[in-house]
Order: sequence, then C-alpha cells, then structure tokens
Amino acid sequence: MSSSTVQSTATTTAPGGGGRAGRGGHGIREPLSWLERIRAVVGYFLTVYRRTWRGSIIGRFASPLFFLLAMGLGLGSLVDAKAGGVGGLSYLHFVVPAIVATQSMWVAMGESTYQVMGYFKWNKMYAAMLATPLRVADILTGHLLTVVFHLATATTIFVAVAAEFGGFAGWGALWCIPIGVLTGLAFAVPVFAYTASQQTEDGYNILFRMVVSPLMLFSGTFFPIAQLPVWLQPIAWATPLWHGVELARGAATGVVSSPVAAWVHVAALLAFVGIGWVLALRLFTRRLVA
Amino acid sequence: MLASARGLTKTFGDFVAVDGIDVEVRRGEAFGFLGPNGAGKSSTMRMIGCVSPATGGELRIFGQDPAVDGPAIRARLGSCPQADMLDEELTVQENLWIYGRYFGLTKAQTRKRATELLDFAQLTDRRGDKVEPLSGGMKRRLTIARSLINNPELLLLDEPTTGLDPQARHILWDRLFRLKRQGVTLIITTHYMDEAEQLCDRLVVMDHGRIVAEGSPRDLITRYSTREVVELRFDTDDHSDHIDAVTGVAAASRVELLPDRLLVYTDDGDATSADLHARGVIPLSTLVRRSTLEDVFLHLTGRTLVD
Repeated sequence: MSSSTVQSTATTTAPGGGGRAGRGGHGIREPLSWLERIRAVVGYFLTVYRRTWRGSIIGRFASPLFFLLAMGLGLGSLVDAKAGGVGGLSYLHFVVPAIVATQSMWVAMGESTYQVMGYFKWNKMYAAMLATPLRVADILTGHLLTVVFHLATATTIFVAVAAEFGGFAGWGALWCIPIGVLTGLAFAVPVFAYTASQQTEDGYNILFRMVVSPLMLFSGTFFPIAQLPVWLQPIAWATPLWHGVELARGAATGVVSSPVAAWVHVAALLAFVGIGWVLALRLFTRRLVA
Repeated sequence: MLASARGLTKTFGDFVAVDGIDVEVRRGEAFGFLGPNGAGKSSTMRMIGCVSPATGGELRIFGQDPAVDGPAIRARLGSCPQADMLDEELTVQENLWIYGRYFGLTKAQTRKRATELLDFAQLTDRRGDKVEPLSGGMKRRLTIARSLINNPELLLLDEPTTGLDPQARHILWDRLFRLKRQGVTLIITTHYMDEAEQLCDRLVVMDHGRIVAEGSPRDLITRYSTREVVELRFDTDDHSDHIDAVTGVAAASRVELLPDRLLVYTDDGDATSADLHARGVIPLSTLVRRSTLEDVFLHLTGRTLVD
C-alpha cells in the first residue's frame, strides 16, 4: 500500500516537463533560481530559530539594560561628576552608541563560531544541503543572511531599549541599527572563514581571549583611543570594531570629525566583509567539496 | 546507461583512494560496490553523488558531466551518506519539509510528498517527534525517506545498514526492494556480503581502490568459488597446524586459512566431511555451507571483508 502511494507520485507528475511540477517528476528538471536557492537555505535556519527564539530574545532585551545600569548609573555618574563627560558629551551618550557596535560584534561571534562548526561537524547540515542542487555559495549566502537577520533583531532591540532609558541624544540613534549590522557582519564573514579552517573548537579560546575581548576594551568603546599610548593607536585602526564604534558614535551624537572619515569607516567595514567573503567561499569549498 | 565511469580516479595528496575504475550502471538495476572499509567505495559514491570532484578519468551520470552539471544531476538523484546528517533537534517531518525546498519543490508538493514518504518509511506515527530519541533504524529510514523527497531516478546508498540490528536491516532491505520494483535504480556500497547478495543484481568487488571482479552475485560465486564450503574449527592456537591433514581431501579443490578456522572449498561438502572423518581428522566443529561472496572476496584478495 505504501509503495503504491510513492509510485503514484512518479506517474501523476509530468516527467521532464517545464515549470514547477517538472521538479517532482523524472528527467531533466527546471533549475532553481538564485532566489529560490537562497530562500530554501534561509528557510532551514529560520526553522531552527523558531525553536530557539524565546531564549535569545530574552537575552537581547536584558543585555542593553545591564549595560545602561552599569555604564550610565555606575561608571557614567562618576565620569560626569569628575571629568564633566567625554568631549562635551555625557558619558552615557558617549558610550551607548559604541556599545551597540560592540554588542553586535558579540552577536556576530556567537553566530559564526560554534554554530557554524556544528553545521560542519555535528549535524553536518552543510554537507546534507550540498547533496541537493544547492551550491556552496548558496549555503554561505543563506546562512549569512540569517546572521544579518539576527544582527538586525539584536541591534534594533538594543537601540529601542537604550533609547527608552535615555541612552541617546536624538534620532541619529537610528543610524546605529544599520551600522551595528555592518559592524557585526565585518566580524561574522571573516569568522565564518576562520571556522571553516578549524577542525576543532580549540581555536576559539584564542579568538575570544586574544582578539574579541581586547577589541572590546581597546577600540574606543569605553574611552577615546587618544587615551592609549601612541604606538597602540594604529592597531585600533586595523580592527573592524573601532571603525564601527566611531561610525555609530558619530551618527548618534552628530559629532563627526569629517564626512570623509565616516566614508573611510564604511569602506573599512565593507573591506572586512568583502575579503572575508572571498576567504569564506574558498575555505568552505575546500572543506565541503573534497 | 544511467551512470558510467572510465578510468575514474580519486586521490587525496599521495593517497590513491580510487585507482582508475571502469563501471557501468544500467537503468532499473541494483548495483553494488562490495569491499572492506578503505576499499574506495565511499569515495566512488561521493564522486557519483557529485559532491566530490574526480581527480581523473571520465564520469557521466544521466549522460551529464558532474564537473559541469553537478547541481542539475543532483536534482535528479537521491543520496544516503554513511552518516545520517539529520537535524536531530527538529521533528521528523520538519527534516523532510526543509529538504524538499532545497530541490525547489513548492510547500504543497513537499508536504504531500513528505506524507507519502513517512508512510513508506513507517514513521507516520512519529512524524511530530524530535529525531534525536529515534532508534538507529528509524533515523536511517528517515534519511532514506528524505533522499526520496525529489522522486529521484537514482538512489545512492552508502553502507545503508551498517550499525543496525538484524531486524532493522530486514525492514530496510524490504523498503529498498520496493523502491527497486518501482523502477528506482539503486547504487549500494556495503561490506556485508549478505546485503550484496540480497540486494544487488550486479556488483563489483573493490579492494585498494581497484575493481577486482564484476558480475552478478551468482556469477561471481560460480566463477571464483566452489559450490560448498566446509568450515573446520580445531582446538588449537594455530590452525595452520592442521592444513596438511586436510589438504587433498575428497571433492575439495583448495583450503583457506583464517585465524580461527580452516575453510575447505569443495563441490560436495558431505563427501568432504565423510572423507575427513575417515582420515581421523576430528575438529571441534564442522559446518557445511554454500559459498558466499565472502568466499569470493577471500579468494580474490586473501582477506576477509569485515576487519
């Protein structure tokens, strides 16, 4: 009985025909469009998200509250009282846009390390996808679009909550959302590539301790990098976080040194995304198509 | 011809996994790659499945070249790799629904097909359950169901029953027979000779990346083995002590030494046993059986299939 139902599909769909029905039959099938392929990949990751979103949403709301409490009421009142703020801004208005960019980095790291490793190693979903008409570039694009979705959600919630509690001076704060997404992507794409090159998760210890944590401290998030020794400052220029922090702070406060500087920041972030993409595509292909 | 390979080669650095094999698979047949672990079966399968590029030689699936038309070929075949590759956190049916979309099926087509396949895989009553707690046999059936979501003309099964208990294996074999009757071409790798005998119309025996014999299971046994085999176990640490006593016994053509027994290849097992008895050769146990593909493999390579 069960066999007859399977058989019936083979005979009721037109073999080799054009159009969507042709994909269910035998013979040559109509190829999938780029959009169909990407939607199929994103569809998988959103199905996974549907199962886990509650836990992640709570964290997304909690994290800005913690930061505002610590930086605004705690550290901020001290800085404002002793030093009169930073460069004419209250400490809260100085630090909140930067924290948007920093937390976007953390979200990006969360989505591009153990998660990606899992799809390679543990449930082997990337390999399962490649046994279908999908290609490596489709998988990478679809997964990164999902990361963009996570970054956009996290950043929007952060900005909304922070705005509600007086973390921003004006509507320029809305710029922090796309800037936060771009900053996160400047981490996610290269880290996707890094993950593809790693057989075990041991490398993440070094990545988090030696790269991510120091970046948070030394990229001008909590104090201007002018406070750093002169020889350390160029290191900040080479990291995506500093560019994201400067951009977010400039947009939110309206205090921009020059429009050229803003475009340089955008270009630097785009370069991390672009170079990361080339590396990620190459390393994903090397790992998955052996 | 559904699939053909000429001089197909796969190397990983200095290691030659597949060493210039020639194979032709016809539409509607069940074709097997039989060989021990490391013989190059899975590498061959991955090349046929268009997920691993060939290093050399020519490969055609549906008349197309995987190097050029990989996605188009993959759209028409189903693939069950050795590892199940399921998302165990999702439900049984979600795993099917997601997969249908990868082939460009509409949501409605996917759901309809998934319902049929859950029935086929005998998983209908578990459709809303997470995959993780399912038994190994159920997960394997789900993987097979998933690989059928696009109604493939060619189904690739890499070690389909490895790690399953005997009952689960028989259920799976039954499902594969049904597919074959429906006209799906099967390519199977296995290191189980009983599986190859049960499922395959034709097979090649692989060893060290090469094909050492080709034919139907019956052909191969007739060509490379005798009708029957007498298995003798002695009370000894070294069975080679007993080779001389057994050599030249009635109806037998040759003797193979294994660590735990002697195999006497014969056209008449009963005559051989009787003659052994007459000679005063008294083993711990004597078993007369028909020749199998295991014997073919042993004869061709000097080794057994499973370790």
